[in-house]
Amino acid sequence: MSALSDRLDAINDGEGRAALVCYLPVGFPDVDTSIRAMVAMVEAGADIVEIGPPYSDPVLDGPVIQLAVARALEGGVRLADTFAAVRAVREAGAEPVVMSYFNPMLQHGLDRFAADMVAAGGSGVITPDLTPDAGEDWVAAARAADLDTVFLVAPSTTTERMHMTCAASRGFVYATPLMGVTGERAQVGDAAERVVREAREAGAPKVCVGVGVSTREHAAEIGRYADGVIVGTALVRILAEAATPDEGIAALRERVSQLAAGVREARA
Amino acid sequence: MTESLQQAPGPFFGAFGGRFVPEALMAALDELTDAYDKARVDPAFGQELDRLARDYTGRPSIITEVPRFARHAGGATVYLKREDLNHTGSHKINNVLGQALLTKRIGKTRVIAETGAGQHGVATATAAALMDLECVIYMGEEDTERQALNVARMRLLGAEVIPVKTGTRTLRDAINEAFRDWVTNVETTNYVFGTAAGPHPFPAMVRDLQRVISVEAREQMLALGGLPDAVLACVGGGSNAIGSFDAFLDDDSVRLIGCEAAGDGVDTGRHAATLTGGRSGVLHGSRSYILQDDEGQTMPSHSISAGLDYPGVGPQHAYLAEIGRAEYWPVTDAEAMEAFRLLSRTEGILPAIESSHALAGALTLGRELGPDATLLVTLSGRGDKDVEQAARWFDMLPEDGE
Repeated sequence: MSALSDRLDAINDGEGRAALVCYLPVGFPDVDTSIRAMVAMVEAGADIVEIGPPYSDPVLDGPVIQLAVARALEGGVRLADTFAAVRAVREAGAEPVVMSYFNPMLQHGLDRFAADMVAAGGSGVITPDLTPDAGEDWVAAARAADLDTVFLVAPSTTTERMHMTCAASRGFVYATPLMGVTGERAQVGDAAERVVREAREAGAPKVCVGVGVSTREHAAEIGRYADGVIVGTALVRILAEAATPDEGIAALRERVSQLAAGVREARA
Repeated sequence: MTESLQQAPGPFFGAFGGRFVPEALMAALDELTDAYDKARVDPAFGQELDRLARDYTGRPSIITEVPRFARHAGGATVYLKREDLNHTGSHKINNVLGQALLTKRIGKTRVIAETGAGQHGVATATAAALMDLECVIYMGEEDTERQALNVARMRLLGAEVIPVKTGTRTLRDAINEAFRDWVTNVETTNYVFGTAAGPHPFPAMVRDLQRVISVEAREQMLALGGLPDAVLACVGGGSNAIGSFDAFLDDDSVRLIGCEAAGDGVDTGRHAATLTGGRSGVLHGSRSYILQDDEGQTMPSHSISAGLDYPGVGPQHAYLAEIGRAEYWPVTDAEAMEAFRLLSRTEGILPAIESSHALAGALTLGRELGPDATLLVTLSGRGDKDVEQAARWFDMLPEDGE
């Protein structure tokens, strides 16, 4: 078991609803605002915060997140800021998970990355460009530190890979219902439900769905069958379009409340 | 008895290589690997590739002795392997024809590719036109400006060229964008990767498809009397270099020298000499050397040559450097342009600026070894695309006088 799956159990079984997972990159528009925004999301109903250390070559991200992380890097964001964000989210009462591309982890040192995560109060790490078959070293480092490893599955994932990925995942399995990069979509589509079912059949105890989710209606729809609903781009866009940081945080609070209502009406 | 280094299958070359990509691409990479493993042992595939090489590309490419140029290289004997004479003007066509044939075999109808200088984009657009494939080329916006004529060439061949405006707006960003397209459209689309880097199977597959350079050159040199003392080729991602090295890997007497783009000089920080100035990490799907800061953020690279302006390098080069089988030399913009000028004036051959880095390496090595040495330099591309840039460098354009 893990802190993450305990929390998901408490929400899924205790409250009878899907968890709300909210992503923001660290350092956008600046470090202070991004951490305040993460805390605001927790106060507005986020159960898990997915914290994104910026990376120079985010191949799985669409234009909104690309632009935000580029701005963050120009602003001089460092990995230490990610661990500060983890601490703040933990103190605010949500589960902090980090979603990181692999090279920054590798350069920090995998054992050291896991240890620093645990020291900051982090629950787990999502690795968008690292699969379990390429990440044996990382899985070993995370296990030794008792840190969760969250891997992604896609509609193109074969049955064999689904089993391998679910076996190496701890905390939850991250299902991407659409082929493509991060970004909002008008509809999330039927593939989502299929991927979640296949992941469960392959032994995943918890499956959260991300990529394409932006509205209360999406959250309600996905919350019917998934253990968690992951929202990213829509939240980053709110910060990007705000005239001031405070306006952005206020608008973010409003959207997260809506999404929190969405996951609560899913199984009502 | 040491094991042969030739045609190493991957996915790993020592500690380098592998496959570090989003799960969404794994099925496509497995499919491609499987299709390639079958194709490479299928005589029909080999025969079709040989036919295209002969009747379309114009292979085998000749080797040319360049004695007037060689006078500046310590009087050594210098031969050029003339990949510049291939259809489309560079070695890139060797790789692209193979990958386009493979695309047909796996039943996909659309190809995408990244391009830096535009040579790989032009080659891919060419193969797509020949084989009736829809074709989209991603090219950094800065490179579309540096290489405007190649953009027009690709469009004339029927390809769509998408300028990439993110990041450093060069090759590296074009690769990111091509990966994003592939993740989204993988069902219909094959990614025709241009260099011997990226996730498995690309480093081994591209090497195999470029290996024809060294297979031919080795025979040609033996027919002339013996193996060369050294083989030199330029290295960006490293496809022409690995293709130039492979058949010589087990010839211990042959030095293999990759010439990296040192831009303004490695110590200035404005360069693209990854093996000289970088360190081990993961970028674009494989573990290799990269130019990166202390936290693993990729650093911007710099080179006068768009085709070498890349902060990564193919994993097999990282391995060959580590075991000491190949050497990697930094060559500055100024040294490359001096070699460009020399070859043009002494031999009547305009080299690509990329290839000029290898020529500059030959000038240095020849002066070191003297008249008894025989050097083989891969002239990976022709300089037609670089005329404007070279003319500006040498103050030969009318407005430069103002």
